Amino acid sequence: MRAPRSRLTFSGRTSTADRLFEYGVLAIALSTLILVWGLVLEMTIDAQPAIYRFGPGFLVGAQWNPNTEMFGALPFIFGTLLTSGIAILIGVPLSIGIAVYLSELAPPWVREPLSFVVELLAAVPSVIYGLWGMYALRPFIAHSVEPFFISFLGWTPLFQGNATGLDKFTAGVILAIMIIPTVASVSKETMRAVPDSQREAALSLGATRYETTRIAVLSYARSGIFGACILGLGRALGETMAVTMTIGNANRISWSMLDPGQTMSSLIANNWGEAQGIQLSALIEIGLVLFIVALVVNLFARLMVGRFMKAVPMTGGGL
Amino acid sequence: MKNQLASFAALACVVLALVPLVYILFMVVKTGAPAISWEFLTNRTVGTGGPGEGIGNAILGTLLLVFYATLIGLPIGLMTGIYVSEYGNNKIGYTVRFFNDLLANFPSIVIGLLAYALVVNLLHFGFSLFAGSVALAIIMIPIVANTTEEALRMVPNSLREGALALGVPRWRTVLKVILVNGKSGVVTGALLSVARITGETAPLLLTAFYSSYWSASLTQPVASLPLTIFRNYNSPSKELLQQAWGAALVLILIVLSINIGVRLFLRNRTGKRKVVKSWKQRLSLRT
Repeated sequence: MRAPRSRLTFSGRTSTADRLFEYGVLAIALSTLILVWGLVLEMTIDAQPAIYRFGPGFLVGAQWNPNTEMFGALPFIFGTLLTSGIAILIGVPLSIGIAVYLSELAPPWVREPLSFVVELLAAVPSVIYGLWGMYALRPFIAHSVEPFFISFLGWTPLFQGNATGLDKFTAGVILAIMIIPTVASVSKETMRAVPDSQREAALSLGATRYETTRIAVLSYARSGIFGACILGLGRALGETMAVTMTIGNANRISWSMLDPGQTMSSLIANNWGEAQGIQLSALIEIGLVLFIVALVVNLFARLMVGRFMKAVPMTGGGL
Repeated sequence: MKNQLASFAALACVVLALVPLVYILFMVVKTGAPAISWEFLTNRTVGTGGPGEGIGNAILGTLLLVFYATLIGLPIGLMTGIYVSEYGNNKIGYTVRFFNDLLANFPSIVIGLLAYALVVNLLHFGFSLFAGSVALAIIMIPIVANTTEEALRMVPNSLREGALALGVPRWRTVLKVILVNGKSGVVTGALLSVARITGETAPLLLTAFYSSYWSASLTQPVASLPLTIFRNYNSPSKELLQQAWGAALVLILIVLSINIGVRLFLRNRTGKRKVVKSWKQRLSLRT
């Protein structure tokens, strides 16, 4: 059990040194936060030229052309959503499986070390995921996975093109691997928070272990698990290096997962060095769009997980 | 039958997720190891892939970036954590924690843009070691603040009460009793945040940029291990690609040894205490 948070209050007098310390610490805590949010404002100012020039049309503009100075964000918003969607489709079922194993099935002595190893996936730097994606995952996907897609699903618009491996599908698979630690560990926490009384009730009614997990754990914890997935989505949306290195970098919209694309973050990473003037401003506006999308997604995820955790009785745990 | 099938499927998910981890480690070690030599670790990058080239300047750059970022970020994160844990049982505390948690989830490239806005646009520094350190510090602050807060809140209240009952002023109680008792948790958080910023690439691309020379100047662009990988990963030259793999090996060794070392030496000493973010703690009963 954790110690409850400090509830000490001081009705008596406090010394000057005490007050100085408290306000000093507070000032430092607040000043960084104010600085950071002030910088968001400064970023908005840097993006002004592009915001004035392209207006709301920036969000639906399909061109990115430095020569004609026409800039639109749509291909990149599209690329970000598509790759993140692939990541969620592949990563979430895997993560839930991992969470179920770690929370419900694993023997206690395996649980802790195995959780740690899964979380190590989050410690690997993103640029190394990119390097590995380029030289290990890409050939594998190009030779073994994509020809299969083309021959069976090639008639759909989603799988048209050549099996190059440098495309939205590969980027999505890498993102799926990268969100697993986040989604799995938060889902595991929510499943662990399900009171044992729920499991016992299901078991006493004659449910098998599988049914218990499905009825008592998964459905009880579903809003928390949903929040975990949204949190993973937030991570996938903002991921930069691994995507930049594997997506193939093409500034156009194409529905096929086998075509190269570009996400908001990979566009910034690719063009930062040479961008100037209105293009730089447009890049910063892309960053602003990414920031707002990630912020909304994270707030939503916190709301979901937070609401679930609040609903769980704190004392309902072990017997 | 269904029972066993489901258990097997869950176990398969775990195994499937571990394949990339093992594969990445295996490949980085196998491909990167031939590059490693004394010269490789101590010579600078010229960028042509000639003989005797190394990643010495990138290693130095990464160390400097992490050092300055820690110098800026660690005290601020620590103070924030102390405030939230010891004085933050009120509206201001909740607000600080809330915005800190949001900051922890900013995409790292956005943090690069923020640091760019500050250092390059407002302070007119240009791409520099300083800009990169600021970006990494912004990433570090919420991590250190969160782990410090968790660690300090696990210090039993009886210690606070005991110190106060002895007439110790509150600020001394915080520094000498609470911080000392929560020490291993605080150190764990600090080390994990160092591991995290060592591998950050995107913010550095936007702020510290890259240099193929030796540089320790705060106002000049600086090389780093992650950017060495990014610059060379697609190179047609075998030697430059080899450099990328060598840099990846050095980087992953640093990052993983911090992670595993913390796990083995610090977390075990604290017994069952868990310093990594616990969602129950972070999100429950907060209003």
